[in-house]
Amino acid sequence: MDSQFSKAELERYSRHLIIPEFNIEGQRKLKESKVLVVGAGGLGSPLLFYLTAAGAGTIGIVDFDTIEESNLQRQVLFTVDDIGKSKAKTAAQRLKRLNPHVEFRVYDTQLTSDNALEIIRDYDVIADGTDNFPTRYLVNDACVILGKTNVYASIFRFEGQVSVFNHLMPDGSRGPNYRDLFPEPPPPGLVPSCAEGGVLGVLPGIIGSLQANEVIKIITGVGEPLAGRLFLFDAFSFETRTVKVAKDPDTKEITKLIDYIEFCGLNNSSQKTEENMVKEITVQELASLKENGSDYQLIDVREPYERKIASIEGELVPLAQIMSFADNIARDKKVIIYCRSGSRSAQAVIQLEKQNGFDNLYNLKGGILAWAKEIDPTVAKY
Amino acid sequence: MSKIIIPTPLRKFTNNQTTLETSADTVLEVIRELTIKYPDLKNQIIDKQGGIRKYIRIYLDDTDIKTLDQEKTEVSAGSVVSIIPAIAGGNIT
Repeated sequence: MDSQFSKAELERYSRHLIIPEFNIEGQRKLKESKVLVVGAGGLGSPLLFYLTAAGAGTIGIVDFDTIEESNLQRQVLFTVDDIGKSKAKTAAQRLKRLNPHVEFRVYDTQLTSDNALEIIRDYDVIADGTDNFPTRYLVNDACVILGKTNVYASIFRFEGQVSVFNHLMPDGSRGPNYRDLFPEPPPPGLVPSCAEGGVLGVLPGIIGSLQANEVIKIITGVGEPLAGRLFLFDAFSFETRTVKVAKDPDTKEITKLIDYIEFCGLNNSSQKTEENMVKEITVQELASLKENGSDYQLIDVREPYERKIASIEGELVPLAQIMSFADNIARDKKVIIYCRSGSRSAQAVIQLEKQNGFDNLYNLKGGILAWAKEIDPTVAKY
Repeated sequence: MSKIIIPTPLRKFTNNQTTLETSADTVLEVIRELTIKYPDLKNQIIDKQGGIRKYIRIYLDDTDIKTLDQEKTEVSAGSVVSIIPAIAGGNIT
């Protein structure tokens, strides 16, 4: 019997051990490995399940979020009983039951420029399953600085991308990284914008599994990793493509971590100040206006498909069309504009005030989410 | 004719067309043709200086045009031009 593996482990991993190219050496490398999974969500679920089942020795899980009802459509790590609990902690508890031979390290915190190097330093391979641009650039840059392989996957609606960044190539150099492919994130306001989202539930299952496959290949040295290549999957048309990713000579050298929120244009302080200056009305105030039968105009600047999930009535005019609707907006009474969380409606108020000189517009603070939480629990939160 | 593949996030600007046909013979011409036909696409792909936006890569078959002849890259019949954008997840605000 092998001294590193117990009888239970040999039996558990036997389907790996009998693959000639993998065998006990591949399993030993897995057991000795430390993998960090950033994001325990849609991609993180299959990724963590398969890395745990396969027998990675140490798995770090970074996620600061808590589990919500809307996660369960794709985040198969979690159950109804887990709503409201920490994703990272709950994931580790669930996974421990799948494989007690794995050591889990829980980081119930947001990965930031202040802690990323310290957390990532200790791991052999990093798997990026996050859902936002600032963290993607942060993970990429930290991996480049520390010389770690970054197994990347990303999804949007029906479409997924997978690649292996900053991988140690046979000639000793590092392969292309995320910035070689996308030097900068989309500026705010361009697609996919804050109003556009959605993910087919099964898509992260497919893409996250491919990501787990790359992590396992890299650790064991089995097969050809997806370094210098980008895999694209379109579930809508069932088209798959693999394209080449080259080092971009124009990419600046990454030497230190920066402010990634600012880099992604999400901390535009003048826009924030402007949004804060917008006149607001609370959901309680709107509720009493409704109750008193007061005369006001209510405008919903969300998309039609959002209206079908949750509505508090009013005219539906998506933000992109609000300016051409200006002539239909009253000037002689209160006009209340709302969206999901209050951000798009603030933009609508700013645009209308600036270009059409309105002074009777009010942003519904917290949007329909606040209404659902504080006024009408029958309205769905999404 | 060659094919242009429109990525999911940009399909709302192309009447939800996932692929388009073109007879243009350079990448520049393909983009010009595309943005004339679908004007709202222009701001998504082209920056204020007239270059391709940095969150988008244009590929001819499996190769980034940046490693070929940039926008002047020739497009031959039967080839595929792909627009590949950075994506990060499906959250909304």
